[in-house]
Amino acid sequence: MTEQKALNLTVTGAKSAPAPAGAPKMKTDGLSIYYGAFRAVAEVSMPVPDRKITAIIGPSGCGKSTLIRSLNRMNDLVSGSHIDGKVTLDGEDLYGPGVDVVDVRRRIGMVFQRPNPFPKSIYDNVAFGPRLYGRVPKAELDDIVERSLSRAALWDEVKDKLKQSGMALSGGQQQRLCIARAIAVEPEVILMDEPCSALDPVATIKIEELMQELKKDYAIVIVTHNMQQAARVSDFTAMMMMRPDRAGEMIELSDTQMIFTKPKDKRTEDYVSGRFG
Amino acid sequence: MSTETASVTTSPRDRMRVRRVKTSVARERARRFVNAGMLGLTGLATLIALTPLVWIIVEVITRGAPALTLDFLTQTFKPTSLGGGGIWHSIVGTLILITIASAISIPIGILAAFYVVQHPNTTLGLAVRFGTDVLSGLPSIVVGLFVYTLLVAGRSYTAISGAVALAIMMAPIVLRTTEEMLKLVPRSMREASLGLGAPEWKTSFSIMLPAAITGVVTGLMLAIARVSGETAPLLFTAQGSNVLSTSLDHPIASLALTLYKYAVDPDKVRNSQAWAIALIILFIVFSLNIGARFIASRRAK
Repeated sequence: MTEQKALNLTVTGAKSAPAPAGAPKMKTDGLSIYYGAFRAVAEVSMPVPDRKITAIIGPSGCGKSTLIRSLNRMNDLVSGSHIDGKVTLDGEDLYGPGVDVVDVRRRIGMVFQRPNPFPKSIYDNVAFGPRLYGRVPKAELDDIVERSLSRAALWDEVKDKLKQSGMALSGGQQQRLCIARAIAVEPEVILMDEPCSALDPVATIKIEELMQELKKDYAIVIVTHNMQQAARVSDFTAMMMMRPDRAGEMIELSDTQMIFTKPKDKRTEDYVSGRFG
Repeated sequence: MSTETASVTTSPRDRMRVRRVKTSVARERARRFVNAGMLGLTGLATLIALTPLVWIIVEVITRGAPALTLDFLTQTFKPTSLGGGGIWHSIVGTLILITIASAISIPIGILAAFYVVQHPNTTLGLAVRFGTDVLSGLPSIVVGLFVYTLLVAGRSYTAISGAVALAIMMAPIVLRTTEEMLKLVPRSMREASLGLGAPEWKTSFSIMLPAAITGVVTGLMLAIARVSGETAPLLFTAQGSNVLSTSLDHPIASLALTLYKYAVDPDKVRNSQAWAIALIILFIVFSLNIGARFIASRRAK
């Protein structure tokens, strides 16, 4: 956090102070998400605690991705999508009137399912975000790039080829580059939408280790299809399920330990034990 | 013999096989015949389609080359009694017209393409798409007449009105090609940028446009090639001129206009000069097309 101040990168209006003890970093309150008339997610109320990893699991089509993409308003890009209920960050309503969606996305970073580096050099990929805030002195930018890549456990592999295209890296490296790019702007929350589904097991392990490092500084939400992954990495797990009307609902949310050992809901038990889904 | 074979065989399966062999011999002959016939027809059609192109090129080169001298390229208009002069004024005029037309149509076309790609289903997005389709199919003389009524009638023929007419012809081509190229940029690029908190305009210009740039440049070159030989929209806008002019509020020469004037001139010298201009225009259009293809093929790698 002191690093962040030295960076002089704090977003206008961003509250980088840690959330008061007990209060979650982010929260959804009776959140329903619609595509046109179709309700994809129904009344989800879920806390996202700071410096913890919250996993969202559930069968395909239950609205996991829709839910996570609504947390930083990426769903706004889908025409016809709208929400009911509330999403708050440090108590501030992200969908409230006058909220700048650009500011929301700067405070809540996102890592996507498929690695999507820009067709630019490795350096420029990481520097893209910081440069959005205006001119950054070269030395400071070098510093940000090095630190972000180090924190994304990629620095040693790329430090001699920062000018090379980010597209030339392997899939796992690309995904770590995308993580470095996301943390270079010092967000407060990192959303990961199935970040390992396009990666091999070795690259997956690397990302998972990285998440453990990152959670010391960030609140992390991860959507995953892989229940072992949820069990391995997360502190809290939310189980989603599709209702008969095809809207996704959150049927259970608790300690990851509890979800995988003593789930309250029969459907969660069936799902995590591999009996369906 | 075949009946023998049939009578020897017993099972329905064998009878079916024999039938297949018997019919297939005759069928195969017929099939080969039809195949050769169709191949011949398509080849012939291709030849017929290519003939005018080759013919035009040969004709333009043989008739245009003799008049194409260095003097012809560097001198301006002179009476035929003094050798007929050259077309420097028309080359300059065409360059000016195309530069201004590009300066107007390229920014408009590219910006509109971004709008259409990002808001495809809005009323304005659909209207722009439909409008460009209609506009690109519009006869160029109609564009000329429109600009004449708008900018020329009651005033005077000007270079700028000619450039506007050409810009109206170029804009839909620029818009459509840019739109197609932007659509090819993976959606994940746009999301990555917006997800970092980049504003929409920044995403468009720092991520989307660079990713699509080779395709866009190819489209621009084709658009320029398309209008560089246009005559009809210039007839009553730029009007043409015999003097070297760089002024935007006076009539200006263009290669195509000078060609038109010289081609209908009773003087034989002018006629052969017209062929030389045709050769120059052909060269420009070919170079632009080949250049566009070159850029496009480099992108494919």
